[in-house]
Amino acid sequence: MNTSKPWALLAQLGFGIRRKLADVGHACRLFAHLLTLSPVTLKRFGLVRDQIFFLGNYSLAIIAVSGLFVGFVLGLQGYYTLQRYGSAEALGLLVALSLVRELGPVVTALLFAGRAGTALTAEIGLMKAGEQLSAMEMMAVDPVRRILAPRLWGGIIAMPLLAAVFSAVGILGGWLVGVVMIGVDEGSFWSQMQGGVDVWRDVGNGILKSVVFGVTVTFVALYQGFEAQATPEGVSRATTRTVVQASLAVLGLDFVLTALMFSL
Amino acid sequence: MKAGVAAGFFNFMSEPSPPATDDLVELRDLTFAYPGTEGTRTILQSVSLRIPRGKVTALMGASGGGKTTVLRLIGGQQLASAGQVLFDGQDVASLDAAGLYAMRRRMGMLFQFGALFTDLSVFDNVAFPLREHTPLTPALIRDIVLMKLDAVGLRGARDLMPSQISGGMARRVALARAIALDPELIMYDEPFAGLDPISLGTAAQLIRQLNDTLGITSIVVSHDLEETFRIADQVIILANGGIAAQGTPEEVRHSSDPLVHQFVNALSHGPVQFHYPGPSVADDFGPGSATTARKGRR
Repeated sequence: MNTSKPWALLAQLGFGIRRKLADVGHACRLFAHLLTLSPVTLKRFGLVRDQIFFLGNYSLAIIAVSGLFVGFVLGLQGYYTLQRYGSAEALGLLVALSLVRELGPVVTALLFAGRAGTALTAEIGLMKAGEQLSAMEMMAVDPVRRILAPRLWGGIIAMPLLAAVFSAVGILGGWLVGVVMIGVDEGSFWSQMQGGVDVWRDVGNGILKSVVFGVTVTFVALYQGFEAQATPEGVSRATTRTVVQASLAVLGLDFVLTALMFSL
Repeated sequence: MKAGVAAGFFNFMSEPSPPATDDLVELRDLTFAYPGTEGTRTILQSVSLRIPRGKVTALMGASGGGKTTVLRLIGGQQLASAGQVLFDGQDVASLDAAGLYAMRRRMGMLFQFGALFTDLSVFDNVAFPLREHTPLTPALIRDIVLMKLDAVGLRGARDLMPSQISGGMARRVALARAIALDPELIMYDEPFAGLDPISLGTAAQLIRQLNDTLGITSIVVSHDLEETFRIADQVIILANGGIAAQGTPEEVRHSSDPLVHQFVNALSHGPVQFHYPGPSVADDFGPGSATTARKGRR
């Protein structure tokens, strides 16, 4: 190529940026298309129900086990910090707030990206490689409507449910370590939690976060699968991109959402 | 009699302008090029061809010669760079999404490896277009699906998953799915690739049989000379972006064109070169070539 010319590098940079912008525009158009299909999709709820089952059920074990261990660690670390100030009885509140506001939605979204997101990308990428999406188009069925839209809604609905399971199991884990093992007073553990956690400000924020993460992670996974190169290498690259992009998006969005929620 | 008049009337109502032609599909002066990294690569250059109704037309030619592209252009999955694709007198490129989907409901396509939905059983695969496009009751859909599966000899395989059946069976299931909505045109993309002799013979016989009994128009893209020549009414050979030969199998077999001669007789030497274009032998291996130059430098 003509890299010897001084402006070639600049041209390459411009070409790269233009292509990235085109990708972003393409993704936005697909997302808008998916949104306009929402009424049709929700009317045929059987397809969405199947996806909630697949995405939710397959991630349930990893979510529950992770939630338990995160709860254990929160119990230990929380007790270590709180007993310095002589307020170990507030352990229940600390564990519940950490999980419901922050760790539940975020860790669930990260695990969901790794478990369900990659499965979605691979499934759709392989459907593309096997000409199944082309075949569907030739049968006059829009693959975006029939394949992508139910999966997006399945992910949006499954994510808050999984985050709830994560938080609930995590709180049980915190109780096991804090109350059963260390011996924090059980009455204050639960009553401080009950008194200090607000349904709207805390639980509501957590649910809102997990819905936003559900949209983000599922859409990234679907887009990567849909745009994957229809080859084995293409699908494997797309699966990797799903984990990287979805995780970064979740962590970035988490900061933005948290900042917004504290300022409101 | 009365029904006939009514049907004629409704036909007249639904298709006012274009008169029914003898050709279901027509390509007019069609050019197709892929934009690539090293400039555009022209696949088809000013190709004009006609696919007559009710006949089996075979599209043949070397790999990468644009045969599958022709099918994708007819189905509207790709758009031509120049020229027109007419399906029943309608320009495919001029249709909007709804029009394109309406047109595709009149076509069936059999993909190279069947492209069955791997998460659905054989029965559900064939039922798929019916469930998506018709308001038929489950009982009726069951009967239609079993009839279509019976036509391809796989009524007994209804409960199997695509992973449990052979490649030849998968293609027959895909064929049953393609004819589920009783299309006017079926396009077969390499229906014989990778099949054992028995499955191959069965597949070829099925294509001919379906064409004749259902009055469908068929386009078969294939490399397999023997089987294709046996079932086709018309053979079109594509090469170098254009049509190299066209006619009945007998006419094409005895064509004097050197390229067609090479293809039909499966010769390794002829107008299609064995060697990929590149530097000459002397440039690569002779004195002063890269190998000797490197040696000299050491």
